[in-house]
Amino acid sequence: MKRQLPLLIVLVVGIFAAAAFLIPHPIVRSVDEVFRNDVLRIIAAFSLVLGVGSILRHHFIKIKRKAAHWPFSYITIVALFISAIIGLLGGIDPNRPGILPTQVGGFSFHIQTLFSNIMVPLAATMFALLAFFMASAAYRAFRARNFEATLLLAAAFILMLGAVPLTRIVIPPLPDFAEWILAVPNTAAKRGIGFGVSLGIFATSLKILLGIERGWLGGGGS
Amino acid sequence: MFASTLAALVLLVVTPPTGVSAVDRPNDGGRAIIVTWTRSPDPVTGYRILRQPEGGEAWDTVGFTGPRLASFVDEGTPDGVRSRYRVLALTDGEPAESEPSGYAVSTPQWFNTNYIPALVFTFVFGFLIIFFLRQAKRGAKLFMRRIAGLDAVEEALGRATEMGRPILYVPGLSSIDDVATIASINILGEVAKKTAKFGTPLIVPNRDPIVYTVARETVKQSYTEAGRPDAFHQDIVFFVTDQQFAYAAAVDGIMTREKPATNFLIGMFWAESLILAETGAMSGAVQIAGTDALSQLPFFITACDYTLIGEELYAASAYLSREPVLLGAIKGQDYSKALILVLIIVGTLLAVAFRAPVLELL
Repeated sequence: MKRQLPLLIVLVVGIFAAAAFLIPHPIVRSVDEVFRNDVLRIIAAFSLVLGVGSILRHHFIKIKRKAAHWPFSYITIVALFISAIIGLLGGIDPNRPGILPTQVGGFSFHIQTLFSNIMVPLAATMFALLAFFMASAAYRAFRARNFEATLLLAAAFILMLGAVPLTRIVIPPLPDFAEWILAVPNTAAKRGIGFGVSLGIFATSLKILLGIERGWLGGGGS
Repeated sequence: MFASTLAALVLLVVTPPTGVSAVDRPNDGGRAIIVTWTRSPDPVTGYRILRQPEGGEAWDTVGFTGPRLASFVDEGTPDGVRSRYRVLALTDGEPAESEPSGYAVSTPQWFNTNYIPALVFTFVFGFLIIFFLRQAKRGAKLFMRRIAGLDAVEEALGRATEMGRPILYVPGLSSIDDVATIASINILGEVAKKTAKFGTPLIVPNRDPIVYTVARETVKQSYTEAGRPDAFHQDIVFFVTDQQFAYAAAVDGIMTREKPATNFLIGMFWAESLILAETGAMSGAVQIAGTDALSQLPFFITACDYTLIGEELYAASAYLSREPVLLGAIKGQDYSKALILVLIIVGTLLAVAFRAPVLELL
């Protein structure tokens, strides 16, 4: 029963979701919306509790074992509790303050302020690293070690040259050739991969509906 | 004086739109009627569309269009109510009003006929996959080409065991409703069986709380199936954060601190793909990546030792487990692909032979 019930739910809901794609009637679409949004949101809320439990357990274990860089775990735990208290008691909407005051004089520590002034700049910093990683990855990719790498190097060289305005004056046909590389061979390869991906998704979905693929059940169970 | 006044009047009075018709929009969920008309031959500034329900007196304005348009979709009409429409040609002077259309009624449909080709191909592909699944169940020998990235899994696990270093498995950053995530969880199950067998430490950080729950149960089950339930502990699989770049920073930190011998980056990735893959490459780990995100594939191919491209991601769990039934599904996929290829070739030849009309038919 522990295995049969989830399989039955997946079969029924899966077939319903596929049918809802073909049926535009609002009765069917509204039930589909309930499954997609409301039910998923309720499950996510329960999972979030497990997730928070997981973070706490992970960092308490690190502190207990004095694992590498364990003092940082204190920062994580303290930050988690501070933001949870501010968010829960101070409210999430700046226009509707909660029971906890989030402004002392001109200093605001409202959850939105913390998010905008700490999380957003930190995330932007991580994102900015991408530029440097691109440069190092490009260096690695452009070493002509074999035929494929040489081909990649040649294609990239043409595309880069094609993007430079001066090339149109010095080598007039090159920008058009660069455009052709993007529009024809590149698009053809992408579409080929796209077909494979679509069929892979279809086959995986079918295997899940038929109960052949049961990894999502939490392991084999076959 | 009289002549100029007459000329101004002639300019201001325009011919109204003609042939106004109203029909229910097909293949929709209702509440929409398509109104079409023949444009006024005179210069106008636009058209105003009016609706009158059957038995009603008033004409309500339901929308406006530009002067070059000759159709409008009224998306606010109530279902089951017969309504008719008028179109007003707008000018600087008096608007010119068309004759009313016939009555139309909006109804929701139970089947979208636009999707008939999709339905037909779904049945064809489904039939092929189920046919080969049955063949595999009967014990038919199915050939499968080698996938270098998956052949390297054993080697990568062996390397980690010899070096006494952990294996890092990142199941992508998407949620559980993404099929790429489910494929990644299936691969994680196979990888976890092997790490349990070899006694290699496994680290599985998660971005999505639902994926975390499923991944934890999968790894636990794999350790049990490998006969090592004692080796499983709750800290193998853990939740990090749902913030994209905070998660990337945390995984980069794990790569730098723990120095895993092998990194698996399998599932759905976005802008963080290169941040993760480059950090892993710099830490000296063997990296096996897999994704169906076309825009991230070049980054993985560049920075990782092996990359599962697109469909290989979905074939991986069958390839690693070598379960005949799962291999049958891959065979079905291959024949479906062959069918698509034949259709593309036939379509191209027909298009070249007969030019555009055939393309319109297809």
